[in-house]
Amino acid sequence: MTQYLLRRILASIPVLFGILLVTFIIARVIPGDPCRAILGEKATAAVCDRFIREKGLDKPITQQFVIYMGEVLRGDFGNSIRFSLPVTRLLIERLPTTIELSFSALLVSLLVGIPLGVISAVKHNSLIDVLTMLWANMGVSMPVFWLGLMLAYVFSLLLKDTPFWLPPSGRVSAGIPSAPFYKVWDLTMPESGFVPALYEFVGRLNILNALLTSNWELLKDAIKHLILPAVALGTIPMALIARMTRSAMLDVLGQDYIRTARAKGLRQRVVVMKHAFRNALLPLVTIIGLSLGGLLGGAVLTETIFGLSGVGRILYEAITARDYGIVQAFTVVIAVFFVVINLLVDISYSYLDPRIRLE
Amino acid sequence: MTNAENKIATLDVEGISLQSVSLWQITWRRLFRRISAVIGMIVLGILILIALTAQWLAPYDPTIPMMDMNPPEPAKPRQDPCIHAFGCPKDQPQHIAGTDGNVRDQFSRLLYGARLSLMVGFSTVTFAIIIGTVLGAIAGYIGGWLDNIIMRFMDVLLAFPSLLLAIAIVTVLGPGLINALLAIGIVSIPSYARVVRASVLSVREMDYVSASRALGGDMTQILFRRILPNALTPLIVQGTLGIATAILDAAALSFLGLGAQPPTPEWGSMLGAERNQVFTAPHLVFLPGIAIALTVLAFNLLGDGLRDALDPRLAHIS
Repeated sequence: MTQYLLRRILASIPVLFGILLVTFIIARVIPGDPCRAILGEKATAAVCDRFIREKGLDKPITQQFVIYMGEVLRGDFGNSIRFSLPVTRLLIERLPTTIELSFSALLVSLLVGIPLGVISAVKHNSLIDVLTMLWANMGVSMPVFWLGLMLAYVFSLLLKDTPFWLPPSGRVSAGIPSAPFYKVWDLTMPESGFVPALYEFVGRLNILNALLTSNWELLKDAIKHLILPAVALGTIPMALIARMTRSAMLDVLGQDYIRTARAKGLRQRVVVMKHAFRNALLPLVTIIGLSLGGLLGGAVLTETIFGLSGVGRILYEAITARDYGIVQAFTVVIAVFFVVINLLVDISYSYLDPRIRLE
Repeated sequence: MTNAENKIATLDVEGISLQSVSLWQITWRRLFRRISAVIGMIVLGILILIALTAQWLAPYDPTIPMMDMNPPEPAKPRQDPCIHAFGCPKDQPQHIAGTDGNVRDQFSRLLYGARLSLMVGFSTVTFAIIIGTVLGAIAGYIGGWLDNIIMRFMDVLLAFPSLLLAIAIVTVLGPGLINALLAIGIVSIPSYARVVRASVLSVREMDYVSASRALGGDMTQILFRRILPNALTPLIVQGTLGIATAILDAAALSFLGLGAQPPTPEWGSMLGAERNQVFTAPHLVFLPGIAIALTVLAFNLLGDGLRDALDPRLAHIS
């Protein structure tokens, strides 16, 4: 197992190197002059010269790549040209929004998708099965941005003045007290380094922070703001998961050992949950891993519609504004996240199916 | 249909085949027995018909604002739908889906949009299949370091969320419909390359391929006549489902302003242009979205149907 892990981690190094190379190349070949894009059209040649020298953009491209690699390995992603802030700072500010969004979307898709899939497999060809599959087919076909706008229209406008009203944008309402946990707990923090960064990062995860500080008002408000974006973003994975669960369950339920379990007189619930579902989990984990990637892409659209300033949004803005630092840092973070997820999925196989040995 | 079924059934019992049935005939027959696939084909047929006849069906020009075209009462921007048959006063010009922010007939734009979306789907997938097939075939057939380089590069492409990678590529190439198509095409190459490589690997060492090689067949001949036909069925399924994804991604790029530029009647950009009006003129957001969803749904249903129809494990059905 350890050997397998080591080999997998080593094998992902070329992929990570390729990712760094591709992001570096993409950031450099984006047409347009970064100086004029950042400092404005009126920047004089002298100002531009100094700007380019300061940012090291006048060095040969290979040398720039080597410098960049060295910085990334030291965990230094440089400064955002547009915000004049260290990129790590922006990561701390923006990542929590997207993490909260994608995890709640994943939660929605799992909590709805798996039960729907199991029920429609157990009650194969029933009305509920037909309806679920109809819904699943529509779910994978809807554009995320359209679904988001429609949800906002229904829940923020049509259901205004009803208890079902939900806010159409933002993360928390104005005026809700949202003191971070390290202030509430009166923690003393070192000036700089990893610890305060981590504290602030956690403090910006609204729901976790609300739970830590028992701030129920904030919790309720944050969840209210999350429902619409999470449902919009979670619909496609939900449909995929429902379909996958159903077909995997149908496969397993047709096996001989299920008939044996039934013949032993086990209750339906035990047969379905203990004998069938556990074996249907394998393909399900694969699809969950794959969905996480789609979630990040969908986050760009969801964040645009619901006015959330998360990773997807900032990355989109950075690409169009040629902000090299942000583009490189955020794509690397996302890609590393991807590689890790894939690794976790592969490892989970051997736990779910003991016959699979990772060597 | 029933006659043919009976004939096959009796032949099966006797175990002798008197009449040869090709794979495509079987597939076709199985496809028609799935209601969802038939619905997909019908919707698709209607869409293709609309796309082909848009210039005759559309009551107005989809790109020209109608500021002063209907005197005495000029059309206003973002009018509600006005359908004479449903009680809209006869003296008002008929706009089945209302007008958009630039006083263009939304219904005409929706009809023309079908043309663009189908074109987007077919052209990106054709592009991706051609490049993906070449790369996958080379990687699988030649193997070695070439295989390693090609497939690792595909892994790198797959390591990015496809929409983000497409956004990055469009930014490099510059916004526009053609560049958006290229970007989506490039992003979807890896899945086809993988499919083709897997099929090539599975038959590369088979006897009939060795025989062909022994008979002096050159590489292209062996690849195209002996090996690649095996990749055809997975490619058809992947391609049909891929069209659905391509249409969604292209709409998303246009929605963000990176794909089709105004006044092109593209559903995604129509939606993007009016997205802030969702509370005041919801029909301008609702209808293009429905159009996208219907088109994508049709391809998804057809793709699923094809997958089942082409699956040899379900051979007992016919």
